[in-house]
Amino acid sequence: MTTDTLVRRTPAHSAARPKRQALGLGARVRRHWQLYAMLALPLIWLAIFAYWPMYGAIIAFKDYNVVDGIFGSRWVGFKHFERFAESYQFWRLIKNTLILHVYELLATFWLPIVLALGLNMARRRWYRRSVQLITYAPHFISTVVVVGLIVVIVDPNSGVLNHFLGLLGIGPIDVLSNPDYFRHLYVWSGAWQTMGFSAIIYLAALTSVSPELHEAAIVDGASRLRRIWHIDLPAIRPVAVILLILNIGSIMSVGFEKVLLLQNTLNLQTSEVIDTYVYKLGFASQVPQFSYAAAIGLFRSVIGLALLVLANTIARRFAKSSLW
Amino acid sequence: MTVATVTPTTAPTGAGAPAPVRETRSDRIVMICNYTALGLFTLAVLYPLVYVLSASLSDPKNVVSGKVWLWPVGLSVEAFKAVFDYDSIVSGFGNSVVYALGGALLATALTLLAAYPLSRKGLPGKGIIMALFVFTMMFSGGLIPTYLVVDRLGLLNTRWAIILPGALAVWNMIITRTFFQSTIPEELVEAAKVDGCTDFGFFWRIVLPLSKPIIAVNLLFYAVAQWNSWFSALIYLTNEHLFPLQLVLRQILIQNNFDPSQVRDTAELIRMKELQEQLKFSLIVIATIPPLLIYPFVQKHFVKGAMVGSLKG
Repeated sequence: MTTDTLVRRTPAHSAARPKRQALGLGARVRRHWQLYAMLALPLIWLAIFAYWPMYGAIIAFKDYNVVDGIFGSRWVGFKHFERFAESYQFWRLIKNTLILHVYELLATFWLPIVLALGLNMARRRWYRRSVQLITYAPHFISTVVVVGLIVVIVDPNSGVLNHFLGLLGIGPIDVLSNPDYFRHLYVWSGAWQTMGFSAIIYLAALTSVSPELHEAAIVDGASRLRRIWHIDLPAIRPVAVILLILNIGSIMSVGFEKVLLLQNTLNLQTSEVIDTYVYKLGFASQVPQFSYAAAIGLFRSVIGLALLVLANTIARRFAKSSLW
Repeated sequence: MTVATVTPTTAPTGAGAPAPVRETRSDRIVMICNYTALGLFTLAVLYPLVYVLSASLSDPKNVVSGKVWLWPVGLSVEAFKAVFDYDSIVSGFGNSVVYALGGALLATALTLLAAYPLSRKGLPGKGIIMALFVFTMMFSGGLIPTYLVVDRLGLLNTRWAIILPGALAVWNMIITRTFFQSTIPEELVEAAKVDGCTDFGFFWRIVLPLSKPIIAVNLLFYAVAQWNSWFSALIYLTNEHLFPLQLVLRQILIQNNFDPSQVRDTAELIRMKELQEQLKFSLIVIATIPPLLIYPFVQKHFVKGAMVGSLKG
């Protein structure tokens, strides 16, 4: 009760305190009824579009058919999960998803940190500003347009990439339809798009470092690199750990929309991930297999949640910062 | 970071001497490397954008033969004109404007309504409600069950299917809540209460006018997200008249799916066949312009929003 804190300051009112504390839960709820009224719409939205689908996920344990609906369809237990675990797709999907995500993590996690350190070090304002303005820009470009950009740049006939390769004497390469290139294309175009904007969070952490620390270190004769190592990096660490936890929690999912856009029948060998497979089973196949697709989706969500909890526990123990 | 061990052998200044501190040579080298690296990186980010812009303004022949690599060669704006003769691009553009505006207004309203009560101290049940929101960030029912809900509500093939399911982003709600917590002091609420102000009145007359920056951030964030989204349209819509621009772009740019029936004029159609490759470049430029146009003006707000959420969330 916040009124308590106000009242407590003036001793004359101290008599009023016990009365306030005695205020029951019902009375406190009634006093705030207008706040609950404001929450009503968002909560209704949450119930319909977040929690109803969670309830609907029980179709993973049923044989869903349109006539009987979610509630009326027959229970089948773990049939769909077993079918997925035994299917030839199982290991390939998990392998593709994991490799793509881990590659992305290793290749791009440290990039925004380096960029932020560099920006923080640069003293010329106009330079700093223009680097920021340009590197943030790709963040606002849609996934469809980014993939469109990739398509025109790597086009085997007219793309600029193959013209440059041609100058080096390397024959035209059809990058898009070669499964060997898919992961690099996905990861590095992602780095191009998100690196600048991801640096913001680290920059914020860096600007909160007290200048006195740096001044003291300079007086003690510390070089720039030493100051980065001993002052800047420790300042960034808590943020980095939290982002890492979040990233590990989503290890079973990838930038699914971009994968789907970059995917074609020729590069499926490396580009088919769990999420695109779920999409295909549900929407792009002749007979939609809703229950089977939902089971695979649920399998992924549960593992993701478990990994998030695990990563958080480890981070709390060793790095002393955590999500909760 | 093995470089870190390269400490200067010459001490910068005599002990006890106050600032200004002279830069050592190794520090200056680090500085020069830093500026160079930042510059190279910025050019690398900029290049694809410049290339596409130049190619879209060039003569198609020069693009195919590879003469264009930095500046436009043989200026031509034919491809830009052709874009406006393609019906579904025009209707897609209109639809996207509707989705972006409608979606942003609705989503911002929901976000503010959720964030304000949850920012108030001592609201019974606040922790549970907050947990209900946050849990959805970590776990979701999945693609298929969400689709079935939208289907069940009869929203398939309506504009609502695009706007409603993603209306509230919990992350934005948390950022907005943090903003309220740090800008609206609890004393202000109490003072207003003493003067007989209700919670509704306080929210409407005091909180909202004080929160213009966060409202702007929310509107822009949701509008850009909606403008750029295409997947919900792919699964929820089959009626082409409702397609947003991004879905049309996907057909032309990525699936290479050029539909002749979208162009009424036959002479135009023949000319367009020649322009087909060129059309892609101009389309990319046109689709990128709306978000990039507002971006420099709002960059500050976006950055602020991201910072508020990261530091105090």
